[in-house]
Amino acid sequence: MTEPNSSRTTGTFTVKRGLADMLRGGVIMDVVNAEQARIAEDAGAVAVMALERVPSDIRRDGGVARMSDPALIEEIQAAVSLPVMAKARIGHFAEAQILQALGVDYIDESEVLTPADEAHHIDKWAFEIPFVCGATNLGEALRRIAEGACLIRSKGEAGTGNVVEAVRHLRSISSSIREIRQADASELFTIAKNHQAPIGLIQEIAETGKLPVPLFCAGGISTPADAALVLQLGAEAVFVGSGIFKSSNPQLFARAIVEASTHFEDAAAVAKASRGLGAAMAGLETATLESRYAERGW
Amino acid sequence: MVGLRPVGILALQGDVREHRAVLEAIGHEVVSVKTPLDLEKVSAVVLPGGESTAISLLLKSSGLLGPLRNRIAEGMPTFGTCAGLVLLARSILDGRADQVQLDGIDAVVRRNGFGRQRFSFETSAQGASTLAGETLPAVFIRAPLIESVGDDVEVLATIERDGGNTPVLIRQGSVLAGSFHPELTADRRCHELFSAMVEQGTAQSTL
Repeated sequence: MTEPNSSRTTGTFTVKRGLADMLRGGVIMDVVNAEQARIAEDAGAVAVMALERVPSDIRRDGGVARMSDPALIEEIQAAVSLPVMAKARIGHFAEAQILQALGVDYIDESEVLTPADEAHHIDKWAFEIPFVCGATNLGEALRRIAEGACLIRSKGEAGTGNVVEAVRHLRSISSSIREIRQADASELFTIAKNHQAPIGLIQEIAETGKLPVPLFCAGGISTPADAALVLQLGAEAVFVGSGIFKSSNPQLFARAIVEASTHFEDAAAVAKASRGLGAAMAGLETATLESRYAERGW
Repeated sequence: MVGLRPVGILALQGDVREHRAVLEAIGHEVVSVKTPLDLEKVSAVVLPGGESTAISLLLKSSGLLGPLRNRIAEGMPTFGTCAGLVLLARSILDGRADQVQLDGIDAVVRRNGFGRQRFSFETSAQGASTLAGETLPAVFIRAPLIESVGDDVEVLATIERDGGNTPVLIRQGSVLAGSFHPELTADRRCHELFSAMVEQGTAQSTL
């Protein structure tokens, strides 16, 4: 469906980050086929991430992980009315061009896939479709924003079902923001140098007290309590990857994480959502991992 | 600007913060509405942008659906943007069978009627006399399309589309609804119009 009209401007920063604003307070779910996408929509997801394998399977299978087959993405687009996101490899702008041509609603330049460029991330200003990127700390988040990302998510450690890394990344970002808010104008230059981040963005944070784009959480969220934890730590929405479709009852887990994400400050409501769900995904201790996805990208 | 009535924002999901900032700047006390108890504290409510399917489910599970529908039917001033418009519309095209309808405004609305995110856009909307005939900046994000409105619905702003004019801001009685996001721009006129409706507590307020 095209809507050509000369008085309209598409692909502006307001329009690109605006979609991220609309997702706040919601849950974005990884899905690998149309059936899972429908389960996600029925459970109240605000968007789905279309991919061939959830991160825990990518971790198990090893090898090079790439952009999903366009046929799979189209099948998922046809199945649901929600925004559909898809992943491109870090630096792989040709994969991103393909995803834009397919009309996906958001592109995740993701460390879960095998990086395609060891030195450069994608120039995201060149695209009409908005990008989300992962970050482990404030400097990394601001470098991605400088490259045009309209939404930042914690990297966490995808596919582990272990929330510890996401918590580390969120705490690191918010503690750096607090440091900037307390700094005087002349200290901001050194802070920018230490974070390897553009001074203009550091100055903006000093003024507004928050990241210039929304901050979501990804990586290891497996239970309603995990969602309530990261939202109380300042995340504005959650991505759930393996946590739903690797649990013993995906419908129940999906619905419960949606409820917990809305009522995250109400422990009684989160308790109600957590009751009788069955087994969460098994999970991995991050100290034993052979490969740490969060170390991909810079 | 003291003593304005408290306004609730349905805070189940979506861009609650932006609406809150505008309403607070106008001088309203703002209450996040997540439960029926929260709804009892407010004289008016804003339904923000977000995903209407997710908000529909959460309206049911929170117990808000019945009380909210009743308050709207009783004439509580209500302002919906984007997903909020979808929830308020009497008839929804391309929606889900189980989608909630608050039956607040006599309009036929097509979900995502302008297409996917790559067709999301900014433009100028043309205001009617209620808005002094001036233009307003309008941001459309996977926006719903108002296909038609009933005889009792006032069209307050339009954009050009397919050689004609499409309504983008409409009002019926105490319900105001827009397919765009005035809360994402610095222009406060839509919220000021709503604020005037809240303060008069009646249908046909004039600025």
